Amino acid sequence: MPATTTPDRILVYRHSLLTRLTHWINALALLVLLMSGLQIFNAHAALYWGQKSTFARPWLAMTAELKEGRPIGVTSLGGRKLETTGLFGYSGKEGAREARGFPAWATLPGRRALATGRHLHLFFAWVFVLNGLTYLSGAILGGHLRRDLWPTRDQLRPGHLWREIVDHARLRFHKGEAARRYNILQKGAYLGVILVLLPLMLLTGLTMSPGANAFAPWLVDLFAGRQSARSLHFIAATLIVVFVVVHLAMVVLSGLWNNIRSMITGRYAIEVEAGEAT
Amino acid sequence: MSKGAPRRNWLKAAGVALTGLWLAGCRGKSPGKIADEILMRAETLNFRVQRIGLRRDALAREFSLDDISQDFRSNGSIDPPDADYRAHLAKGFADWRLVIDGLVERPMSLTLADLRAQPARTQITRHDCVEGWSSIGQWTGARLGPLLDKAGLKQEARFVVFHCADSLDGTTDGSGRYYESIDLVDAFHPQTILAYDMGGAPLPVRHGAPIRLRVERQLGYKHAKYVHRIEAVADLAHIGRGKGGFWEDRANYEWYAGI
Repeated sequence: MPATTTPDRILVYRHSLLTRLTHWINALALLVLLMSGLQIFNAHAALYWGQKSTFARPWLAMTAELKEGRPIGVTSLGGRKLETTGLFGYSGKEGAREARGFPAWATLPGRRALATGRHLHLFFAWVFVLNGLTYLSGAILGGHLRRDLWPTRDQLRPGHLWREIVDHARLRFHKGEAARRYNILQKGAYLGVILVLLPLMLLTGLTMSPGANAFAPWLVDLFAGRQSARSLHFIAATLIVVFVVVHLAMVVLSGLWNNIRSMITGRYAIEVEAGEAT
Repeated sequence: MSKGAPRRNWLKAAGVALTGLWLAGCRGKSPGKIADEILMRAETLNFRVQRIGLRRDALAREFSLDDISQDFRSNGSIDPPDADYRAHLAKGFADWRLVIDGLVERPMSLTLADLRAQPARTQITRHDCVEGWSSIGQWTGARLGPLLDKAGLKQEARFVVFHCADSLDGTTDGSGRYYESIDLVDAFHPQTILAYDMGGAPLPVRHGAPIRLRVERQLGYKHAKYVHRIEAVADLAHIGRGKGGFWEDRANYEWYAGI
Protein backbone atom coordinates (compact mmCIF):
# COMPACT_ATOMS: atom_id res chain seq x y z
CA MET A 1 0.00 0.00 0.00
CA PRO A 2 1.52 3.38 -0.98
CA ALA A 3 2.41 5.45 2.06
CA THR A 4 0.90 8.56 0.61
CA THR A 5 -2.71 7.42 0.88
CA THR A 6 -4.40 6.86 4.21
CA PRO A 7 -6.66 3.87 4.35
CA ASP A 8 -10.40 4.28 4.80
CA ARG A 9 -12.40 1.94 6.96
CA ILE A 10 -15.52 0.61 5.40
CA LEU A 11 -18.02 -1.80 6.84
CA VAL A 12 -18.83 -4.80 4.73
CA TYR A 13 -21.76 -7.09 5.43
CA ARG A 14 -19.99 -10.28 6.38
CA HIS A 15 -22.34 -12.56 8.36
CA SER A 16 -25.98 -13.25 7.52
CA LEU A 17 -28.60 -13.30 10.26
CA LEU A 18 -28.75 -17.10 9.96
CA THR A 19 -24.99 -17.42 10.47
CA ARG A 20 -24.99 -15.07 13.47
CA LEU A 21 -27.99 -16.65 15.17
CA THR A 22 -26.86 -20.25 14.67
CA HIS A 23 -23.29 -19.33 15.65
CA TRP A 24 -24.29 -18.16 19.12
CA ILE A 25 -26.81 -20.94 19.70
CA ASN A 26 -24.12 -23.40 18.67
CA ALA A 27 -21.58 -21.79 21.00
CA LEU A 28 -23.97 -22.15 23.94
CA ALA A 29 -24.96 -25.72 23.02
CA LEU A 30 -21.33 -26.82 22.59
CA LEU A 31 -20.33 -25.32 25.94
CA VAL A 32 -23.13 -27.16 27.78
CA LEU A 33 -22.48 -30.35 25.79
CA LEU A 34 -18.78 -30.23 26.63
CA MET A 35 -19.23 -29.66 30.36
CA SER A 36 -22.13 -32.10 30.79
CA GLY A 37 -20.15 -34.53 28.62
CA LEU A 38 -17.27 -34.37 31.07
CA GLN A 39 -19.77 -35.03 33.90
CA ILE A 40 -20.89 -38.18 32.04
CA PHE A 41 -17.27 -39.16 31.31
CA ASN A 42 -16.51 -38.89 35.04
CA ALA A 43 -19.01 -41.68 35.77
CA HIS A 44 -16.44 -44.02 34.22
CA ALA A 45 -13.25 -42.09 33.61
CA ALA A 46 -11.65 -44.59 31.25
CA LEU A 47 -11.64 -45.12 27.48
CA TYR A 48 -11.22 -48.27 25.39
CA TRP A 49 -11.07 -49.42 21.77
CA GLY A 50 -13.42 -52.00 20.29
CA GLN A 51 -16.86 -53.33 21.12
CA LYS A 52 -16.37 -53.78 24.86
CA SER A 53 -14.47 -52.38 27.82
CA THR A 54 -11.17 -54.10 28.56
CA PHE A 55 -11.12 -52.89 32.14
CA ALA A 56 -7.50 -53.79 32.87
CA ARG A 57 -6.24 -52.05 29.72
CA PRO A 58 -7.89 -48.67 29.05
CA TRP A 59 -5.94 -46.46 26.64
CA LEU A 60 -6.86 -43.46 28.77
CA ALA A 61 -7.86 -43.47 32.44
CA MET A 62 -8.07 -40.99 35.27
CA THR A 63 -7.94 -42.54 38.72
CA ALA A 64 -7.11 -41.79 42.32
CA GLU A 65 -4.33 -43.85 43.83
CA LEU A 66 -2.54 -43.99 47.16
CA LYS A 67 1.04 -42.79 47.27
CA GLU A 68 2.76 -43.06 50.64
CA GLY A 69 -0.66 -43.17 52.29
CA ARG A 70 -1.92 -40.03 50.56
CA PRO A 71 -4.35 -40.03 47.64
CA ILE A 72 -3.05 -38.65 44.37
CA GLY A 73 -4.62 -38.19 40.93
CA VAL A 74 -3.16 -40.37 38.21
CA THR A 75 -3.73 -40.13 34.47
CA SER A 76 -2.61 -43.09 32.40
CA LEU A 77 -2.27 -42.65 28.69
CA GLY A 78 -1.29 -45.62 26.57
CA GLY A 79 0.29 -47.36 29.56
CA ARG A 80 2.28 -44.30 30.68
CA LYS A 81 1.35 -42.88 34.09
CA LEU A 82 1.34 -39.21 34.99
CA GLU A 83 0.65 -37.64 38.35
CA THR A 84 -2.14 -35.10 37.80
CA THR A 85 -3.35 -34.34 41.33
CA GLY A 86 -5.62 -31.29 41.43
CA LEU A 87 -6.53 -31.63 37.75
CA PHE A 88 -7.31 -35.19 36.63
CA GLY A 89 -8.19 -38.16 38.86
CA TYR A 90 -8.18 -36.39 42.22
CA SER A 91 -9.20 -32.77 42.70
CA GLY A 92 -11.28 -30.28 44.66
CA LYS A 93 -10.88 -27.58 47.28
CA GLU A 94 -8.39 -28.18 50.06
CA GLY A 95 -10.02 -30.45 52.63
CA ALA A 96 -12.76 -31.54 50.24
CA ARG A 97 -10.71 -33.27 47.58
CA GLU A 98 -12.27 -36.27 45.93
CA ALA A 99 -11.66 -38.93 43.33
CA ARG A 100 -13.04 -37.67 40.03
CA GLY A 101 -11.91 -37.66 36.40
CA PHE A 102 -12.26 -34.01 35.44
CA PRO A 103 -12.34 -31.32 38.16
CA ALA A 104 -15.59 -29.68 39.32
CA TRP A 105 -15.01 -26.42 37.42
CA ALA A 106 -15.01 -28.33 34.13
CA THR A 107 -18.21 -30.30 34.66
CA LEU A 108 -21.91 -29.47 34.65
CA PRO A 109 -23.24 -29.74 37.28
CA GLY A 110 -20.07 -29.25 39.31
CA ARG A 111 -21.00 -31.89 41.85
CA ARG A 112 -21.21 -35.53 40.86
CA ALA A 113 -24.64 -35.86 39.19
CA LEU A 114 -24.75 -38.30 36.30
CA ALA A 115 -28.53 -38.10 35.77
CA THR A 116 -28.59 -34.29 35.54
CA GLY A 117 -25.52 -34.37 33.33
CA ARG A 118 -27.32 -36.76 30.98
CA HIS A 119 -30.49 -34.64 30.95
CA LEU A 120 -28.46 -31.56 30.02
CA HIS A 121 -26.44 -33.46 27.45
CA LEU A 122 -29.38 -35.11 25.70
CA PHE A 123 -31.44 -31.89 25.71
CA PHE A 124 -28.66 -29.73 24.28
CA ALA A 125 -27.83 -32.48 21.81
CA TRP A 126 -31.23 -31.74 20.24
CA VAL A 127 -30.53 -27.99 20.32
CA PHE A 128 -27.16 -28.65 18.65
CA VAL A 129 -28.60 -30.95 15.97
CA LEU A 130 -31.62 -28.81 15.04
CA ASN A 131 -29.50 -25.65 15.06
CA GLY A 132 -26.80 -27.35 13.00
CA LEU A 133 -29.30 -28.62 10.44
CA THR A 134 -30.81 -25.14 10.17
CA TYR A 135 -27.38 -23.63 9.53
CA LEU A 136 -26.27 -26.32 7.08
CA SER A 137 -29.43 -26.28 4.98
CA GLY A 138 -29.29 -22.47 4.88
CA ALA A 139 -25.58 -22.49 4.06
CA ILE A 140 -26.00 -25.00 1.26
CA LEU A 141 -29.20 -23.62 -0.27
CA GLY A 142 -28.21 -19.98 0.19
CA GLY A 143 -24.77 -20.51 -1.35
CA HIS A 144 -22.81 -19.49 1.78
CA LEU A 145 -20.94 -22.78 1.82
CA ARG A 146 -19.92 -22.64 -1.84
CA ARG A 147 -19.37 -18.89 -2.04
CA ASP A 148 -17.68 -18.06 1.26
CA LEU A 149 -16.28 -21.28 2.69
CA TRP A 150 -15.21 -23.43 -0.24
CA PRO A 151 -11.52 -22.88 -1.13
CA THR A 152 -10.87 -21.37 -4.52
CA ARG A 153 -8.30 -22.82 -6.88
CA ASP A 154 -5.79 -20.01 -6.31
CA GLN A 155 -6.02 -20.44 -2.54
CA LEU A 156 -5.02 -24.08 -2.83
CA ARG A 157 -1.73 -23.45 -4.63
CA PRO A 158 1.17 -24.71 -2.45
CA GLY A 159 2.93 -21.34 -2.66
CA HIS A 160 -0.14 -19.50 -1.46
CA LEU A 161 -0.77 -22.02 1.29
CA TRP A 162 2.79 -21.67 2.52
CA ARG A 163 2.60 -17.88 2.58
CA GLU A 164 -0.63 -17.99 4.59
CA ILE A 165 0.98 -20.29 7.13
CA VAL A 166 4.02 -18.01 7.43
CA ASP A 167 1.82 -14.89 7.69
CA HIS A 168 -0.33 -16.48 10.39
CA ALA A 169 2.74 -17.57 12.31
CA ARG A 170 3.87 -13.94 12.29
CA LEU A 171 0.36 -12.87 13.25
CA ARG A 172 0.04 -10.82 10.06
CA PHE A 173 -3.56 -10.89 8.93
CA HIS A 174 -5.27 -9.70 5.79
CA LYS A 175 -6.33 -6.09 6.03
CA GLY A 176 -7.44 -4.67 2.71
CA GLU A 177 -9.43 -6.14 -0.14
CA ALA A 178 -8.09 -9.59 0.70
CA ALA A 179 -9.94 -9.41 4.04
CA ARG A 180 -13.24 -9.43 2.21
CA ARG A 181 -13.03 -13.20 1.99
CA TYR A 182 -11.88 -15.92 4.37
CA ASN A 183 -8.29 -16.98 3.97
CA ILE A 184 -7.49 -20.59 3.22
CA LEU A 185 -6.54 -21.52 6.80
CA GLN A 186 -9.83 -20.10 8.06
CA LYS A 187 -11.74 -21.98 5.40
CA GLY A 188 -9.96 -25.21 6.20
CA ALA A 189 -10.61 -24.86 9.93
CA TYR A 190 -14.27 -23.91 9.52
CA LEU A 191 -14.99 -26.64 6.97
CA GLY A 192 -13.19 -29.22 9.09
CA VAL A 193 -15.33 -28.35 12.10
CA ILE A 194 -18.62 -27.94 10.21
CA LEU A 195 -18.36 -30.93 7.90
CA VAL A 196 -16.14 -33.36 9.84
CA LEU A 197 -15.86 -32.80 13.59
CA LEU A 198 -19.42 -31.74 14.44
CA PRO A 199 -21.09 -34.50 12.35
CA LEU A 200 -18.60 -36.93 13.89
CA MET A 201 -19.74 -35.84 17.37
CA LEU A 202 -23.35 -36.58 16.46
CA LEU A 203 -22.64 -39.96 14.86
CA THR A 204 -20.30 -41.23 17.59
CA GLY A 205 -22.80 -40.01 20.18
CA LEU A 206 -25.62 -41.93 18.52
CA THR A 207 -23.41 -45.02 18.33
CA MET A 208 -23.34 -45.11 22.12
CA SER A 209 -27.13 -45.44 22.25
CA PRO A 210 -28.27 -49.09 22.47
CA GLY A 211 -31.57 -48.09 20.88
CA ALA A 212 -29.87 -46.36 17.95
CA ASN A 213 -27.64 -49.45 17.56
CA ALA A 214 -30.67 -51.63 16.87
CA PHE A 215 -32.00 -48.94 14.53
CA ALA A 216 -28.74 -48.41 12.62
CA PRO A 217 -26.30 -51.30 13.20
CA TRP A 218 -24.02 -49.87 10.48
CA LEU A 219 -23.07 -47.12 12.94
CA VAL A 220 -21.44 -49.67 15.23
CA ASP A 221 -19.51 -51.10 12.28
CA LEU A 222 -18.50 -47.65 11.02
CA PHE A 223 -16.71 -46.86 14.29
CA ALA A 224 -15.67 -50.48 15.03
CA GLY A 225 -17.60 -50.78 18.28
CA ARG A 226 -19.38 -48.80 20.98
CA GLN A 227 -16.28 -48.29 23.09
CA SER A 228 -14.36 -47.06 20.04
CA ALA A 229 -17.22 -44.65 19.38
CA ARG A 230 -16.96 -43.39 22.96
CA SER A 231 -13.21 -42.84 22.51
CA LEU A 232 -13.72 -41.05 19.17
CA HIS A 233 -16.45 -38.92 20.76
CA PHE A 234 -13.91 -37.85 23.37
CA ILE A 235 -11.14 -37.23 20.83
CA ALA A 236 -13.39 -35.23 18.50
CA ALA A 237 -14.56 -33.16 21.49
CA THR A 238 -10.92 -32.50 22.38
CA LEU A 239 -10.22 -31.34 18.82
CA ILE A 240 -13.22 -29.01 18.99
CA VAL A 241 -11.83 -27.55 22.21
CA VAL A 242 -8.50 -27.02 20.42
CA PHE A 243 -10.34 -25.34 17.54
CA VAL A 244 -12.23 -23.04 19.94
CA VAL A 245 -9.02 -22.05 21.73
CA VAL A 246 -7.32 -21.16 18.43
CA HIS A 247 -10.52 -19.52 17.17
CA LEU A 248 -10.75 -17.31 20.26
CA ALA A 249 -7.05 -16.45 20.07
CA MET A 250 -7.47 -15.42 16.43
CA VAL A 251 -10.54 -13.36 17.30
CA VAL A 252 -8.49 -11.43 19.84
CA LEU A 253 -5.34 -11.10 17.71
CA SER A 254 -7.04 -10.06 14.48
CA GLY A 255 -9.25 -7.37 16.01
CA LEU A 256 -11.45 -8.27 18.97
CA TRP A 257 -14.22 -5.66 18.58
CA ASN A 258 -14.35 -5.85 14.82
CA ASN A 259 -14.82 -9.60 15.00
CA ILE A 260 -17.37 -9.52 17.80
CA ARG A 261 -19.37 -6.77 16.09
CA SER A 262 -19.41 -8.73 12.85
CA MET A 263 -20.86 -11.77 14.60
CA ILE A 264 -23.55 -9.61 16.28
CA THR A 265 -24.54 -6.99 13.69
CA GLY A 266 -23.04 -8.68 10.66
CA ARG A 267 -20.82 -5.69 9.77
CA TYR A 268 -17.06 -6.20 9.47
CA ALA A 269 -14.63 -3.34 8.97
CA ILE A 270 -11.93 -3.57 6.36
CA GLU A 271 -9.38 -0.98 5.30
CA VAL A 272 -9.32 0.11 1.70
CA GLU A 273 -7.26 2.77 -0.04
CA ALA A 274 -8.78 6.22 0.04
CA GLY A 275 -11.19 6.89 -2.77
CA GLU A 276 -11.73 3.22 -3.40
CA ALA A 277 -14.58 2.97 -0.93
CA THR A 278 -17.97 3.38 -2.51
CA MET B 1 -36.03 -1.68 6.14
CA SER B 2 -39.33 -2.96 4.83
CA LYS B 3 -38.26 -6.55 5.46
CA GLY B 4 -36.74 -6.03 8.90
CA ALA B 5 -39.71 -4.48 10.67
CA PRO B 6 -42.28 -7.26 10.20
CA ARG B 7 -39.65 -9.78 11.14
CA ARG B 8 -38.97 -7.97 14.39
CA ASN B 9 -42.68 -7.74 15.15
CA TRP B 10 -43.05 -11.41 14.50
CA LEU B 11 -40.14 -12.21 16.81
CA LYS B 12 -41.59 -9.96 19.50
CA ALA B 13 -45.00 -11.63 19.27
CA ALA B 14 -43.44 -15.07 19.46
CA GLY B 15 -41.39 -14.00 22.48
CA VAL B 16 -44.44 -12.70 24.32
CA ALA B 17 -46.42 -15.83 23.52
CA LEU B 18 -43.62 -18.12 24.71
CA THR B 19 -43.13 -16.17 27.93
CA GLY B 20 -46.88 -16.36 28.60
CA LEU B 21 -46.96 -20.11 28.06
CA TRP B 22 -43.91 -20.47 30.24
CA LEU B 23 -45.41 -18.52 33.15
CA ALA B 24 -48.76 -20.29 32.84
CA GLY B 25 -47.17 -23.70 32.85
CA CYS B 26 -44.66 -23.19 35.59
CA ARG B 27 -46.38 -21.16 38.31
CA GLY B 28 -45.63 -22.32 41.82
CA LYS B 29 -42.67 -24.55 41.00
CA SER B 30 -39.05 -24.03 41.97
CA PRO B 31 -36.73 -22.92 39.15
CA GLY B 32 -34.65 -26.08 39.52
CA LYS B 33 -37.69 -28.27 39.08
CA ILE B 34 -38.90 -26.28 36.09
CA ALA B 35 -35.47 -26.49 34.47
CA ASP B 36 -35.35 -30.23 34.96
CA GLU B 37 -38.86 -30.69 33.57
CA ILE B 38 -37.84 -28.81 30.45
CA LEU B 39 -34.69 -30.89 30.12
CA MET B 40 -36.68 -34.09 30.65
CA ARG B 41 -38.72 -33.29 27.54
CA ALA B 42 -35.70 -34.46 25.58
CA GLU B 43 -36.28 -37.91 27.14
CA THR B 44 -39.83 -37.98 25.79
CA LEU B 45 -38.50 -36.84 22.43
CA ASN B 46 -35.81 -39.52 22.38
CA PHE B 47 -38.38 -42.15 23.37
CA ARG B 48 -40.82 -41.11 20.62
CA VAL B 49 -38.13 -40.85 17.96
CA GLN B 50 -36.71 -44.24 18.83
CA ARG B 51 -40.18 -45.79 18.97
CA ILE B 52 -40.99 -44.32 15.54
CA GLY B 53 -37.61 -45.03 13.98
CA LEU B 54 -37.09 -48.45 15.51
CA ARG B 55 -38.94 -51.45 14.11
CA ARG B 56 -40.72 -53.10 17.02
CA ASP B 57 -38.65 -56.23 16.61
CA ALA B 58 -35.37 -54.67 15.40
CA LEU B 59 -32.73 -56.73 17.13
CA ALA B 60 -29.84 -55.55 19.22
CA ARG B 61 -26.45 -56.60 17.83
CA GLU B 62 -25.50 -60.18 18.68
CA PHE B 63 -21.88 -61.24 18.98
CA SER B 64 -19.83 -64.42 18.68
CA LEU B 65 -18.44 -66.60 21.46
CA ASP B 66 -15.00 -65.05 20.91
CA ASP B 67 -16.35 -61.61 21.80
CA ILE B 68 -17.53 -62.56 25.30
CA SER B 69 -15.99 -60.44 28.08
CA GLN B 70 -13.87 -62.34 30.57
CA ASP B 71 -14.15 -59.36 32.92
CA PHE B 72 -17.94 -58.74 32.77
CA ARG B 73 -18.53 -56.08 35.38
CA SER B 74 -21.39 -56.16 37.88
CA ASN B 75 -23.04 -53.08 39.32
CA GLY B 76 -25.77 -52.22 41.82
CA SER B 77 -26.49 -55.15 44.18
CA ILE B 78 -23.84 -57.80 43.84
CA ASP B 79 -24.60 -59.75 47.00
CA PRO B 80 -28.08 -58.90 48.37
CA PRO B 81 -28.20 -58.70 52.19
CA ASP B 82 -31.96 -59.43 52.43
CA ALA B 83 -32.67 -62.33 54.80
CA ASP B 84 -35.24 -64.05 52.56
CA TYR B 85 -32.86 -63.87 49.62
CA ARG B 86 -30.05 -65.36 51.73
CA ALA B 87 -32.38 -68.22 52.72
CA HIS B 88 -33.24 -68.96 49.07
CA LEU B 89 -29.56 -68.76 48.11
CA ALA B 90 -28.66 -71.25 50.86
CA LYS B 91 -31.17 -73.73 49.44
CA GLY B 92 -30.00 -73.27 45.87
CA PHE B 93 -33.24 -71.45 44.98
CA ALA B 94 -35.18 -74.75 45.24
CA ASP B 95 -38.24 -72.89 46.59
CA TRP B 96 -37.82 -69.76 44.45
CA ARG B 97 -41.03 -68.78 42.68
CA LEU B 98 -41.50 -66.34 39.87
CA VAL B 99 -44.96 -64.84 40.20
CA ILE B 100 -46.71 -63.23 37.25
CA ASP B 101 -49.75 -61.25 38.35
CA GLY B 102 -51.43 -57.84 38.22
CA LEU B 103 -53.57 -57.18 35.17
CA VAL B 104 -53.49 -60.75 33.85
CA GLU B 105 -56.30 -63.27 33.29
CA ARG B 106 -54.38 -66.23 34.73
CA PRO B 107 -51.82 -65.34 37.44
CA MET B 108 -48.88 -67.74 37.43
CA SER B 109 -46.34 -69.01 39.91
CA LEU B 110 -43.35 -70.72 38.33
CA THR B 111 -40.50 -72.74 39.81
CA LEU B 112 -37.10 -72.44 38.15
CA ALA B 113 -37.75 -75.84 36.54
CA ASP B 114 -41.06 -74.50 35.15
CA LEU B 115 -39.26 -71.46 33.79
CA ARG B 116 -36.57 -73.59 32.12
CA ALA B 117 -39.35 -75.53 30.34
CA GLN B 118 -40.66 -72.35 28.66
CA PRO B 119 -39.79 -71.18 25.13
CA ALA B 120 -36.20 -69.98 25.49
CA ARG B 121 -33.61 -67.95 23.66
CA THR B 122 -29.82 -67.75 23.88
CA GLN B 123 -28.10 -64.55 22.84
CA ILE B 124 -24.65 -62.99 23.07
CA THR B 125 -25.22 -59.30 23.59
CA ARG B 126 -23.50 -56.16 24.77
CA HIS B 127 -24.42 -54.76 28.17
CA ASP B 128 -24.12 -50.96 28.23
CA CYS B 129 -23.92 -49.34 31.63
CA VAL B 130 -25.22 -45.80 32.01
CA GLU B 131 -21.74 -45.00 33.36
CA GLY B 132 -20.28 -45.61 29.94
CA TRP B 133 -18.65 -49.05 29.98
CA SER B 134 -19.73 -52.11 28.00
CA SER B 135 -19.31 -55.84 28.57
CA ILE B 136 -20.40 -58.69 26.30
CA GLY B 137 -22.08 -61.78 27.73
CA GLN B 138 -24.07 -64.83 26.71
CA TRP B 139 -27.54 -65.14 28.17
CA THR B 140 -30.10 -67.94 28.09
CA GLY B 141 -33.60 -67.42 29.37
CA ALA B 142 -37.34 -67.72 28.92
CA ARG B 143 -38.81 -65.26 26.44
CA LEU B 144 -41.05 -62.83 28.26
CA GLY B 145 -43.59 -62.42 25.42
CA PRO B 146 -44.87 -66.01 25.32
CA LEU B 147 -45.00 -66.04 29.15
CA LEU B 148 -47.19 -62.94 29.19
CA ASP B 149 -49.36 -64.51 26.49
CA LYS B 150 -49.82 -67.57 28.71
CA ALA B 151 -50.82 -65.39 31.64
CA GLY B 152 -53.12 -63.40 29.33
CA LEU B 153 -52.63 -59.64 29.63
CA LYS B 154 -55.82 -57.73 30.31
CA GLN B 155 -56.84 -54.93 27.94
CA GLU B 156 -55.77 -52.18 30.34
CA ALA B 157 -52.22 -53.48 30.83
CA ARG B 158 -49.61 -51.05 29.48
CA PHE B 159 -46.45 -51.75 31.44
CA VAL B 160 -44.68 -54.70 33.02
CA VAL B 161 -43.05 -54.15 36.43
CA PHE B 162 -40.17 -56.31 37.66
CA HIS B 163 -40.02 -56.65 41.44
CA CYS B 164 -36.63 -57.70 42.77
CA ALA B 165 -35.43 -59.40 45.93
CA ASP B 166 -32.53 -57.05 46.65
CA SER B 167 -32.61 -53.92 48.80
CA LEU B 168 -30.14 -51.51 47.31
CA ASP B 169 -30.56 -48.43 49.51
CA GLY B 170 -29.95 -49.92 52.92
CA THR B 171 -33.52 -50.08 54.21
CA THR B 172 -34.75 -53.54 55.15
CA ASP B 173 -38.50 -52.89 55.35
CA GLY B 174 -38.88 -53.66 51.66
CA SER B 175 -39.16 -50.01 50.62
CA GLY B 176 -35.63 -50.04 49.27
CA ARG B 177 -36.12 -53.03 47.01
CA TYR B 178 -34.97 -52.67 43.43
CA TYR B 179 -37.60 -52.61 40.73
CA GLU B 180 -37.85 -51.69 37.09
CA SER B 181 -40.50 -51.43 34.39
CA ILE B 182 -40.78 -51.53 30.61
CA ASP B 183 -43.59 -50.97 28.14
CA LEU B 184 -45.24 -53.73 26.10
CA VAL B 185 -43.17 -53.05 22.96
CA ASP B 186 -40.04 -54.02 24.86
CA ALA B 187 -41.83 -56.74 26.84
CA PHE B 188 -42.78 -58.60 23.65
CA HIS B 189 -39.45 -57.95 21.88
CA PRO B 190 -37.90 -61.29 20.82
CA GLN B 191 -34.66 -60.59 22.73
CA THR B 192 -36.42 -59.70 25.98
CA ILE B 193 -35.79 -62.73 28.18
CA LEU B 194 -35.74 -63.75 31.82
CA ALA B 195 -32.17 -65.01 31.88
CA TYR B 196 -31.32 -67.94 34.16
CA ASP B 197 -28.01 -68.88 32.51
CA MET B 198 -24.98 -66.76 31.78
CA GLY B 199 -22.21 -68.20 29.64
CA GLY B 200 -23.95 -71.60 29.74
CA ALA B 201 -23.92 -71.86 33.55
CA PRO B 202 -26.53 -70.82 36.12
CA LEU B 203 -26.54 -67.06 36.64
CA PRO B 204 -23.99 -66.03 39.33
CA VAL B 205 -25.29 -64.12 42.37
CA ARG B 206 -23.55 -60.89 41.38
CA HIS B 207 -25.34 -60.95 38.03
CA GLY B 208 -28.80 -61.53 39.55
CA ALA B 209 -29.27 -65.22 40.44
CA PRO B 210 -31.59 -66.90 39.90
CA ILE B 211 -33.28 -64.65 37.29
CA ARG B 212 -32.46 -61.34 35.64
CA LEU B 213 -34.21 -59.41 32.93
CA ARG B 214 -32.49 -58.78 29.61
CA VAL B 215 -33.97 -55.87 27.68
CA GLU B 216 -31.25 -55.47 25.10
CA ARG B 217 -32.10 -52.12 23.52
CA GLN B 218 -31.78 -50.23 26.80
CA LEU B 219 -29.06 -49.36 29.31
CA GLY B 220 -27.94 -51.65 32.11
CA TYR B 221 -30.03 -50.32 34.98
CA LYS B 222 -33.20 -51.48 33.17
CA HIS B 223 -31.95 -55.11 33.32
CA ALA B 224 -33.44 -55.91 36.74
CA LYS B 225 -31.66 -58.64 38.73
CA TYR B 226 -33.05 -61.09 41.36
CA VAL B 227 -36.53 -60.90 39.78
CA HIS B 228 -39.23 -62.68 41.77
CA ARG B 229 -42.43 -61.03 40.61
CA ILE B 230 -43.66 -59.62 37.33
CA GLU B 231 -46.68 -57.38 37.61
CA ALA B 232 -48.74 -56.09 34.68
CA VAL B 233 -50.06 -52.58 35.34
CA ALA B 234 -52.00 -49.84 33.57
CA ASP B 235 -49.71 -47.06 34.81
CA LEU B 236 -46.62 -46.64 36.97
CA ALA B 237 -47.88 -43.94 39.36
CA HIS B 238 -48.65 -46.37 42.20
CA ILE B 239 -45.46 -48.42 41.97
CA GLY B 240 -42.58 -47.38 44.21
CA ARG B 241 -42.40 -43.58 44.13
CA GLY B 242 -44.10 -43.44 40.77
CA LYS B 243 -41.33 -43.01 38.22
CA GLY B 244 -41.10 -46.61 37.10
CA GLY B 245 -37.83 -47.74 38.66
CA PHE B 246 -35.45 -47.66 41.60
CA TRP B 247 -32.99 -45.21 40.02
CA GLU B 248 -35.74 -43.30 38.26
CA ASP B 249 -37.30 -42.66 41.68
CA ARG B 250 -34.11 -41.83 43.53
CA ALA B 251 -31.68 -40.27 41.08
CA ASN B 252 -34.05 -39.08 38.35
CA TYR B 253 -32.58 -41.44 35.75
CA GLU B 254 -34.52 -41.62 32.49
CA TRP B 255 -37.28 -44.22 32.49
CA TYR B 256 -36.61 -44.80 28.81
CA ALA B 257 -32.95 -45.75 28.67
CA GLY B 258 -32.50 -46.34 24.95
CA ILE B 259 -29.88 -43.62 24.70
